Amino acid sequence: MPAISMKVNGKAVSGNVENRTLLVDFIRTNLGLTGTHVGCDTSQCGACVVHIDGKAVKSCTTLAVACEGAEVTTIEGIAKNGKLHPMQQAFHENHGLQCGFCTPGMIMASIDIVKRNGKKVSEEVIRRELSGNICRCTGYHNIVAAVQSAAEKM
Amino acid sequence: MSDTGIGARVLRKEDKRFITGKGQYTDDINLKDQTYAYFVRSPHAHATIKSINTAKAKKMPGVVDVFTSKEVEEDKIGGLICGWMIHSKDGSAMKAGPHPILASGKVRFVGDQVAVVIAETREQAKAAAEAVVVSYGVLPHNVDAAEAMKTKAQVHDVAPDNRVFNWSIGDEAATDAAFKTAAHVTKLDIINNRLIPNAIETRAAIGSYDTGSEHYTLYTTSQNPHVARLVISAFHGLAPEHKLRVIAPDVGGGFGSKIFIYGEEVTCVWASKRIGGRPVKWTADRSEAFLCDAHGRDHVSHAELAMDAQGKITGLKVHTIAAMGAYLSTLGSVIPTYLYAILLSGQYNIPNIYAEVDAVYTNTAPVDAYRGAGRPEAAYLVERIVETAARELKIDPAEFRRRNFITQFPHQTPVILAYDVGDYGATLDKALELAEYSSFPARKAASAKNGKLRGVGFSAYIEACGLAPSQAVGSLGAGVGQWESAEVRVNPVGSVEVLTGSHSHGQGHETTFAQLVSDRLGIDINNVSIVHGDTDKVQFGMGTYGSRSGAVGMTAISKALDKIEAKAKKVAAAVMEASTEDIDFKDGTFTVKGTDKKMAFGEVALASYLGHKFNTAEIEVGLKETSFHDPSNFVFPAGVHICEVEVDPDTGLTKIVSYTAVDDFGTIINPMIVEGQVQGGVAQGIGQALYEGCTYDKESGQLLTGSYMDYNMPKARNMPLIENFKLGFTVTKCPSNPLGMKGCGEAGAIAAPPAVINAITNAIGVREIAMPATPLTVWNAMQPMKRAAE
Repeated sequence: MPAISMKVNGKAVSGNVENRTLLVDFIRTNLGLTGTHVGCDTSQCGACVVHIDGKAVKSCTTLAVACEGAEVTTIEGIAKNGKLHPMQQAFHENHGLQCGFCTPGMIMASIDIVKRNGKKVSEEVIRRELSGNICRCTGYHNIVAAVQSAAEKM
Repeated sequence: MSDTGIGARVLRKEDKRFITGKGQYTDDINLKDQTYAYFVRSPHAHATIKSINTAKAKKMPGVVDVFTSKEVEEDKIGGLICGWMIHSKDGSAMKAGPHPILASGKVRFVGDQVAVVIAETREQAKAAAEAVVVSYGVLPHNVDAAEAMKTKAQVHDVAPDNRVFNWSIGDEAATDAAFKTAAHVTKLDIINNRLIPNAIETRAAIGSYDTGSEHYTLYTTSQNPHVARLVISAFHGLAPEHKLRVIAPDVGGGFGSKIFIYGEEVTCVWASKRIGGRPVKWTADRSEAFLCDAHGRDHVSHAELAMDAQGKITGLKVHTIAAMGAYLSTLGSVIPTYLYAILLSGQYNIPNIYAEVDAVYTNTAPVDAYRGAGRPEAAYLVERIVETAARELKIDPAEFRRRNFITQFPHQTPVILAYDVGDYGATLDKALELAEYSSFPARKAASAKNGKLRGVGFSAYIEACGLAPSQAVGSLGAGVGQWESAEVRVNPVGSVEVLTGSHSHGQGHETTFAQLVSDRLGIDINNVSIVHGDTDKVQFGMGTYGSRSGAVGMTAISKALDKIEAKAKKVAAAVMEASTEDIDFKDGTFTVKGTDKKMAFGEVALASYLGHKFNTAEIEVGLKETSFHDPSNFVFPAGVHICEVEVDPDTGLTKIVSYTAVDDFGTIINPMIVEGQVQGGVAQGIGQALYEGCTYDKESGQLLTGSYMDYNMPKARNMPLIENFKLGFTVTKCPSNPLGMKGCGEAGAIAAPPAVINAITNAIGVREIAMPATPLTVWNAMQPMKRAAE
């Protein structure tokens, strides 16, 4: 089994994985970081979104071996010194989550949307760019409000 | 109102763990030495099982064991049950076919589980499952509810015509008489499309048997862990209840699909003992969720509405064929009967109603409760035919509804229910105002200038939630009571733990239940914690479904708090040397009438545990109380939703340009959470109306919509813009519980489909359109008129 090493949430990690091991399984099983979720098997629900070298990626369709040397950030790694990331805070303040299962992927995808589109990102752009993240609870209403609110503070 | 009391928009206490990735869902839990289960599933819709050869699979790397129905039968593990007995109108009992946890002799739908492989890793289990050789004798199949009673595909021996029951409600003769004298009759064929629930967390389970204590534990994605324990104990016969602990930790959405007891979860518990006590873990793939989670809806109905010359409704007659799927699921039988037909009066004064329901087996996944469960089917039928009748009579649909609204309460409908309270006219007024209905013609004209067809649709839904009382539901066939339990434990320092039988899987109970306690006891909400989802902690509970946790679950807490207050008053009286009658309790402080003596709640809590200042022979030490609350009636949330759509005549694409929801939920504990429930429910309703439709291939019996590639889940871009989604509330307090609460969890999913479809039919000028109203469906519906115009 190939040995891999990468940085996850700023910490150097390594392990032996099968060639077919997905990044999400490496994160959840090898590293015990269970905040990143699996909600489908066709790369559509987005519950597994993490950042690889600063970009939002679906970890359920990324091979762990392809992340050799990469910097990976998961939902567990975005709060700094006990202070929530503005996106996390906005999801809380806008009631942007109910069951919480899609939430880590939503937050990670939303951070990327704001990074790419800036503080003034429009509601239409947020809605379109969240097409790869499915939520069954909220109807997206408060998620969109949360992303808009966080955009102003990021 | 305090900052954290009843009615306050308190931010959720449970959020932090979810937004930081610290939630603990079943698949996040790993037990020492655990194994993994993978199920071998039927590729056929209907077939006999001629043989199963597991020899090769058992030799595969990492395989611990492979089980089939042979081992299930050896261990005498009971089959899955349907917990609600329905009798046909001829008095005969419903025809429930056998439903073993692993298929025995026959498979009845694509995905039916045939064998289970237990291995060291999930990949090994999955690989070995491919090596299990099953020889099938393919039988004729039927996936279509409308065909079920005519087909030669017989799903169960006990039901030769596939008919589970032929049930009726209401007075047929009186209803027929109303139609004979009617000035106008509106007729409509209505299909309620089959849906797949799709909680984003798929079902999962870890079964674990301790060989030393002979004790089982099941971690599972359940909305009602105590009911799961009861069924696994009483019907599958695995262990008595005191030897079985069921834990439903954080659960990632349910929408009904996690109420039921399924074969996979039972298999994990059973197999753990069978392999010598190692834990067995199973997590469903999304594909398995599509195939095997209980689906929702799937009704084929014909309805007729009779009216007099003044446009007053005089009668409603309905025939419905309801698909049950291949097996009767846990609550399958009650959905198209006592959760459906008893709502057929809607918000209207209809003196005569008769409904007949044929429940039928089909070679598909079982059908059971899905958000709304029977009530969306009723609301869709009533609101579609009422809207159609108004158009035929050329009466404004709002006016037609108002003319027929029930205005006197209590109101006994002809279909069992007695509505306790409501003000439907007030709700309609508010909705018309918020939706700016009077200026709709101007908006329609503006859309027309842009080449778009604009339409408006109404839905004046009613629902009944918090099934009750237990005696009544028992007489209608329920296998369990419909109460809820609560235990309030006050700690010596004055903090409070509430143990509730309700289960939260997105509803925010850790916040709203704490608001009730904070409000009643005058203590900081951060000094309250809500414990749920573990049968070893909470004595018993019926769980969360049918929008019951407010009206039933919180009432149980409220009653336990009454007892806490009464007991604390006795302690406070003893300590302050006064009589109990002279003690007042307000804002967290006990005072003695007419004096300046007072004690804070925390001081009384401590005194209760010290027992120094009162006679413990007269007043027991401690401060802990329990309540089992059985409600005296259902609660009846109702509202008016108004949808406006724009249809592109060139593509058939429908866009929801505005949506207005005005609901009467009685007392609202936390408006932020209630609004969230409405928004989410409406999204599911819009999903049913425009996007979602479970499709089986008639030829092969295969599920065609078996992934997110094929089953169109509503996305953020499909919902109305924030400023165009307007919510409002009216309040009539429910008289059957002390808080005046109704229920809000299902309203959106019930109300939205008819509002959307009424808007589309209004926009394009057709009488009927099927759900989901995809661009193709809408475009096709428009062609005859286009051709006529050309």
